[in-house]
This record gives sequence, structure tokens and C-alpha cells, in this order.
Amino acid sequence: MAALPPSSSARARAAARKKRLGRALMAAPLVVLLLAFLVYPVGQLLALSVWGKAGFSLAAYQQLFASPLYFNVMLITLKISFFTTVLSVVGGYPIAYLISVASPERKATLLFWVLLSFWTSFLVRAFAWIVILGRRGVLNHLLTSLGIIDTPADLLYNFGSVLVGMVHALMPLAILTMLAVMENIDRTLPRAASTLGARPGTAFWKIYFPLSLPGVAAAAIMVFVTAIGFFIVPALLGGRRETMITQLIIDQVLQTLNWGFAGAISVLLLLVVLVVFVLYDKLLGLSSMTGTSAPRAATARPQGFGHRIGDAILTLLGDVSDRIIAVFPRGRRDGAKPPRPLVAFVWIVLVLMSLPAVLMIPLSFGSGGLNWPPQGFTLQWYREMLDSPVWAQALTRSLLVGLGTGVLSMLIGTPAAFLLVRGDMRGKGAMLAFVLSPIVVPRMIIAVGLFYMFARIGLVGTALGLVLGHTVVAVPYVVMTMMAVLRNYDTRLDLAAQSLGARPLATLRYVTLPILGAGMMSSFLFAFATSFDELTIALFASGGLNATLPKQFWDEVTLQVSPVIAAVSTCLFVFIAVLIFAADRLRRRSVAS
Amino acid sequence: MSSSSLTVHGLAKRYGEFVALAPTSLDVPAGEFLTLLGPSGSGKTTLLSLIAGLATPDEGEVRIGGADVTYRPPYERDLGMVFQNYALFPHMTIEDNIAFPLKMRKVGAAEARKRAAEALEMVRLPHVAKRFPRELSGGQQQRIALARCLVYRPSIILMDEPLGALDKKLREQMQLEIKRIHRELATTIIYVTHDQEEAMTMSDRICLMNAGRIEQLGAPGDLYFRPRTVFVADFLGESNLLPARISATAGETLDIALAAGAGTGQAISNGAPLAAGADVTVMVRPQNITVRAPVDGSGKLKGRLADVMVTGSLTKLYLDAVTPGLPPLIAAYPTRSLSDEHRIGDLLELDWQAADAVAIADAGAH
Repeated sequence: MAALPPSSSARARAAARKKRLGRALMAAPLVVLLLAFLVYPVGQLLALSVWGKAGFSLAAYQQLFASPLYFNVMLITLKISFFTTVLSVVGGYPIAYLISVASPERKATLLFWVLLSFWTSFLVRAFAWIVILGRRGVLNHLLTSLGIIDTPADLLYNFGSVLVGMVHALMPLAILTMLAVMENIDRTLPRAASTLGARPGTAFWKIYFPLSLPGVAAAAIMVFVTAIGFFIVPALLGGRRETMITQLIIDQVLQTLNWGFAGAISVLLLLVVLVVFVLYDKLLGLSSMTGTSAPRAATARPQGFGHRIGDAILTLLGDVSDRIIAVFPRGRRDGAKPPRPLVAFVWIVLVLMSLPAVLMIPLSFGSGGLNWPPQGFTLQWYREMLDSPVWAQALTRSLLVGLGTGVLSMLIGTPAAFLLVRGDMRGKGAMLAFVLSPIVVPRMIIAVGLFYMFARIGLVGTALGLVLGHTVVAVPYVVMTMMAVLRNYDTRLDLAAQSLGARPLATLRYVTLPILGAGMMSSFLFAFATSFDELTIALFASGGLNATLPKQFWDEVTLQVSPVIAAVSTCLFVFIAVLIFAADRLRRRSVAS
Repeated sequence: MSSSSLTVHGLAKRYGEFVALAPTSLDVPAGEFLTLLGPSGSGKTTLLSLIAGLATPDEGEVRIGGADVTYRPPYERDLGMVFQNYALFPHMTIEDNIAFPLKMRKVGAAEARKRAAEALEMVRLPHVAKRFPRELSGGQQQRIALARCLVYRPSIILMDEPLGALDKKLREQMQLEIKRIHRELATTIIYVTHDQEEAMTMSDRICLMNAGRIEQLGAPGDLYFRPRTVFVADFLGESNLLPARISATAGETLDIALAAGAGTGQAISNGAPLAAGADVTVMVRPQNITVRAPVDGSGKLKGRLADVMVTGSLTKLYLDAVTPGLPPLIAAYPTRSLSDEHRIGDLLELDWQAADAVAIADAGAH
């Protein structure tokens, strides 16, 4: 560098400046969005907990700790979240495993059912459980007609029904998170273990399982953090004793307008989440969250006590599994095929996962209300739905807000993803953490903070406010998906195009975008679907008259359980199924071309 | 190290309509280095997977050391396999990787460590025991994969294109290394490759495969100089393949007439019986063709020089036969000096010895 003449070093400096400016411009929209609609409103809400009309005050916290009620609710929230996490991960593991080892066609089928559950509205799925577990519901009907019980049992509004609803809601998330890691496990490794003398059980527990652990860890934290901020399932399926912390926040805001106290509960919730994250990072390392880097255990191997115990446990599990397998006669089966009991288990779980939403379909055409079995055939509920202007308005608004969110998230998230993947800059890790923070901060806190802010600047009840709020929660997913897409993109193709005479825009148009198109489309759909199903922010920010579809659904279902909702559920379910099918077609066509 | 023989009898595998391996039989004596050679999709990896037990055959049997292992799982076959991508366990240290098969065989920890160290000595990487696979280079990972396979002294070692990912220089070095280990341990090795040079330099015998069946099985020299089929002649090294018809037979020596009336001459049989009147392909290796000028009709063919290529030790001449209907020809000789006597466009006389022309029966004539 010293040998360069001054003029060229000045040019180099100018080029570097230009590059820095370009980088800043790529990241700026996202940073501004998050600062304005995440950091500021959440910060304000937290500040409200100690800073009311009368100046500084700890009254809210005194109220919070004065009664054991809030502490108990926090405990219940943690208990429900913990069991939800354990059941979702343990139950989801075999499914993710089977999908990761299945042949391409089979994989597409299995994945369709998981995605269908994943994208079917939480509301639709929770509502379905009301119908299934009700006194005159599917399960009671089944049990009485089989003669197992004489009178219908109370299956709803208890810990069990909440847990069923929660696991049902979050298991697809666990499966998809684990799958992301399992897909990257080299399939020759278990085969290699087998040629080296490892029996199937040992090969699984000593080779495959340790390699899949980052996925398990990531799935567990994703499910736990989502569960802790959940209110739909406990509100619809739980009784008083299953009240979760976010429900308290809703009460404070919507019924008593006690912002200070809502802020104090939010602080408590946020602290709990932070503690969970810190503990998690200490134990497992958060790098596993993104599923991209190796688990910390592999970089700095603790050859100590804990490791030896873990190894001994895995060895034992391997031995036990092998002994169990040895009991069954071994035919001339192909070793590559997964064992039948596993396949059976996976299909049972997948059917249970999809069934609730499917059961809505016959009920929506029945004339006997929501009692099982459905009676007669009528289009009455669909007519009522179409005749009522509320549903049509809600649908229009949801589509509008969804499209707006999709477009805005793409416009803001894609350049940031480019920067995070391609740019060589310091503080990438911090930047990524900042971008992902809307996932970590419980949705309810964001929603209440935005409500307070929107109320003061007149954005409550506007589509713009909803789009902004939804973009905050959708943009991390867009950035993550786009980062994955960009990592797989071979940048030499761009260089090849440029060497063939294509200018940057032409390169983008003829090479980069056509290849990235499918990935961008799926990012867009992700953002759209996130917004389309979003209730927490819409609950406050959409105002009384301008409800989105989930808000309208929520209002109806908390008021009265009517068959019209079954009709709406059916429409939503079919809409999502078509959307997934179309997206899959699109993806296949782009792969084929 | 104990070493076992391998017998494959009538082994076949289909995937739906696709015949990955037609019924195939093969005998490999203990201690032999046998290479499965062929283009991609020729069935060599399928055959290896069936031998390893990683796939189940539709019919036929596999015997290792005389024992029927056809439907035994891989972990009961006592064989070692080196995978194309090495398949080192990323979450284990090098030492743990190498000790893994010993652990599976219930060898004590101390003994396992000792033997892992010995195996590392053998592949000349004694200092990497505590590292993780991704901290090593491709060539080093390859050696570790080999060590992990050698450490438990399997009676047969299977290698699936083990050097495919290495650069040329490293590949040659590893070829020597594997040869040395084979010599020292006298173990049976089944080696899969699509690199014909690698097959020629390393093997006791080559099993050349094509479209799911064995084209020819024999010593490298046999396949090179006495190919049974045109495919073999074409696949191994460069060759001139001339269509011809047998006019008379006298023992090993055959009188032939080249197609399109290009001339007559003599050739030898590749071992398969041939009768007069049969259509054959005559193979002559480039280094067995001599060229000279001026053209005086004293050779077998005339050709016009289309291109000259000096590949270091060899000079290759690309010629167009003057007689229409004959394919382009290649002649090669050791490069003697910088300036070559032949110019592009020259008309040259081509000649070869009868003993260097091998007649191969055309596919339809079987």
C-alpha cells in the first residue's frame, strides 16, 4: 500500500467510503424500522412501569409482588411452557428424523402435512379442540358410544386440554426447526458406523443423535419462548387455573387501561425470557439457534466429567436399543429403510396433528350445530358468513395488510440479508442478534408497546399501523430465509455473467433474480402468512371496527361458539392448503428449470 | 492381519425398472488388490454396497472367507470401508474416530488408545490425535479414514473412490501409500474408481464394468493389450479402432481386410474364437503405429496430418485417413527433440506390426 502514488490511495479511500455508505444504506431501513417500532415502544412500555403521571413510582411493582397471584401465574406459565416444550420436541423428533431420511417424493408428502399444520391458524386449531373435547364433542361421543364411559366427561378447561392445545400448536415448529439441522447431517455417517461394527441402535445414539442435538436445542428454545408468550390456547381451552402471564397483560390493557401495571408484568416476562436465554447460552450455546454453526461442544470439547457421563448414557441407550431390536426377527429387509414401528408412530402423530382442522369441514356443513356427529347438510353457515359484512371486511383487510407486510418485509429484509451474508464487516453477530430480536421479545410486549405508541400518533385502527407492526415480527423470518437462500447461491455465477459482458442490473435481472426467485417467493409467503395469522398485535392495533380476520375470529369465538366459525375455519384451512400446494409447485418448477 | 477371500455369485440389484447390477459373479482370492472400474452408473458402487451390506440384493449371494453373508448387516461382516467423502464423525476427535470400531468390538480403552496411536503411525499422522476432522486438510482426512479402517484389521477393505476429492499430486502420493499398506498387511482390497490410470497402476486385477455388468476381468496388461470388447479397448487408454472383416484364420494369427477397401493385413485374436467372414474391430494402440514419409505404399494406411500435440514425454499425431469411411487415427511416439519433422497437412504412411493389431469380435457376433 505504501508504494501506491497518493492519487490512487485517495481513490482507494473514496472507494472504501462508497462501500461503507452502500453498506449503511442496505442496513438502514431495517435498523430504523426496529428502532422506531420495536426498541422505542418496548422501551416506553418498560419505562411506564416506573414512570407514571405522578413521576417515578414503584407502585406497579409493589402491586405485582403484594399478591401471590402474579407469582403463581408466572409459575403456571413456566410449567405449561416446560411440558409443551418437552412433549413437542420428544414427539416431533421421530417425525423430523423420518422426513430427513425419506426419499424425495415421500419427503414432500410428509412435509406437506407438517406444513399444513404449521400454517393452519392457531385460532382454527384451538377452536377445533373446543369442538373435539367439548361435552358433546367428538371424543366424548366416541368414548360413550364405545361404552368406555357412561356420561360425557369434562375434558375441556383444565391443564390437560391446555397442554394438548399447546403441543398441537407448537409441535410443527419443533419439527421444522429440528429438520433444518437434520437435513445437514451427512447420511453416510450412520452407514460408516455400521461398517465399522456399530449395530443400528448404537449407530443412532452415538453418531446420529449427538449430531442432531443442536437442532433439538434450537427447537426447544424456539418452542419454549413461543409458549411463554402464548394466550390463545390457554384463553380458549384453559380454565381459571390455567391463566398465563400474557392474559394478565391483555386484561390490564383492555379492561383497566393500567399501563404502568401492564409494563411491570411485561418487565417480569421479559426478565424470565432473558434468564432462560442466558441459562441456555451457558449450557448449550446460542449459536445452535440459527442451525448454521457447529455446536459449541464440538469446537471446545469438554473432555471432562459431563462429557463422560453423556457418552456413557448414549452407550447405554445404544446397547438397550440394540437388545430390543435383536428380540425381533430380522428378515431380508433392506437396511436403508426406517423401521416400521417408527413409520407407524409418525403417521399416527401426523394424522392427529391434521385431524382437528379437518373435522371442522363436516361440522361446517351440518345443521345440528357443533355437536358430533354432524347432522344433515346445510349451507346456512356459509351463507351467514357471506351475508355478514364483518367477515368480508375482515378478509379484505387481512389480505391487504398481509400483502403490505410481505412487500415491506422483502424490501427491508432482503438488502439486510445480502449484507449479512456477503458483507465483510465487524459486528455481524451483533447485527444478526438485533435483527432476530423481534422473535425473542414476547409478542405481547411488542403489541402492547405498539398500541400505546399508535394511540398517541393516531395509527390505531389503520392498515399502515398493522403493516408496520406485522413487518417488525415478520422481517426476522424474511432475513433468515433470505440468508439461507443467499448462502446456497454460488456468487461465481454473478462473476461469470459479468465476465460475459452483463452489467450489474442485467446480471441481477437475468441471472441472480431468476435463481433466487423461488427463495424470495417463499420469504414473501412466509411474511404474508405470518401477518395473515397474526392476532396479538391486531388484538390491540386494529381497533374496534377495522378487525383483521384473526381479530374477528377471536372476537366471535370469545363471545360465542357458533357453527359460522366452523365455516370460516374450513375456508381458512382450504386457503392455506392451496397456498402451500402452490408454493411447493412453484419451488419444484424453479428447481426443474 | 488376517485376510479373506470374497466370492460373489449371481448377485443382482434393481431399482424399479433400472437394472443397477445384472446377475454378476466374481472370485477374489485372499490378499488380492481388485479394482472395480467403470464410468458412472456402471454398477461398481452398487456392487460395492452389496458386498458391504449397505444394500440388499434382489438375488445372488456374497461369501466372505467362505461364509454366506448375503443378508447379514454390515456390522456382522468384519469388513472395512473407506467412503468417498471420508465419513469421519465430525463430533469426535481423530483419536475417538479411530477408536470407534475398537469400542464397538469391546476393546478396552487403554488398548484402544494404543492401537489408535499405532494406526496413526501407519498413516504417518501421529500428532493429530486430539484434533477434530474439520481441522485437517482433505489429504489428512483421507489418511484418517484409512487409519480408522485399518485399526481393527478387517479381513477385507472396501474403498469407494477414496481419492476422488484430492488433487493430482496428493492422489499419486496416496496411491503409493495405499499400495505400501496393502503390501505390508497383505489384506484383500476392493477398490472402486472411475480413473483408469489409477486402476492400471494400483491393481492386481481390474474388473471393468459397464451398464450394470462386468465387461472384462483380468490383469491390467490383459485388459489393455487383449481387450475382449470394443468398450474395454475404448475405455482403457487411447486406441485406434478400425472396422474390418476376417478373411482367413491360422491359429492365433488372422488375415483381415479393412473396411472400405482400405487395405489388408494381419491381426491377432484377443483369445475369443473368431471364424473367417466375421466382422471385427481391429484395435491398434497409438504408440504401436509408426509414421513415415514420403508415401510409397509400403505401410497399411495413408493419413494426412491434422494436428500435432506434444504432451511432454509423448508426441501425438492426429491423422485423417485418406480412405473415406475410416475413423480419424492417432499415432504416438516418445518426444525426441523440440522441433518435430512432421508438418500439419503432410501425407504420411502408417504402419504397424501384426502382433500389435488385436481383432475384437463386434457386439452382434457374440
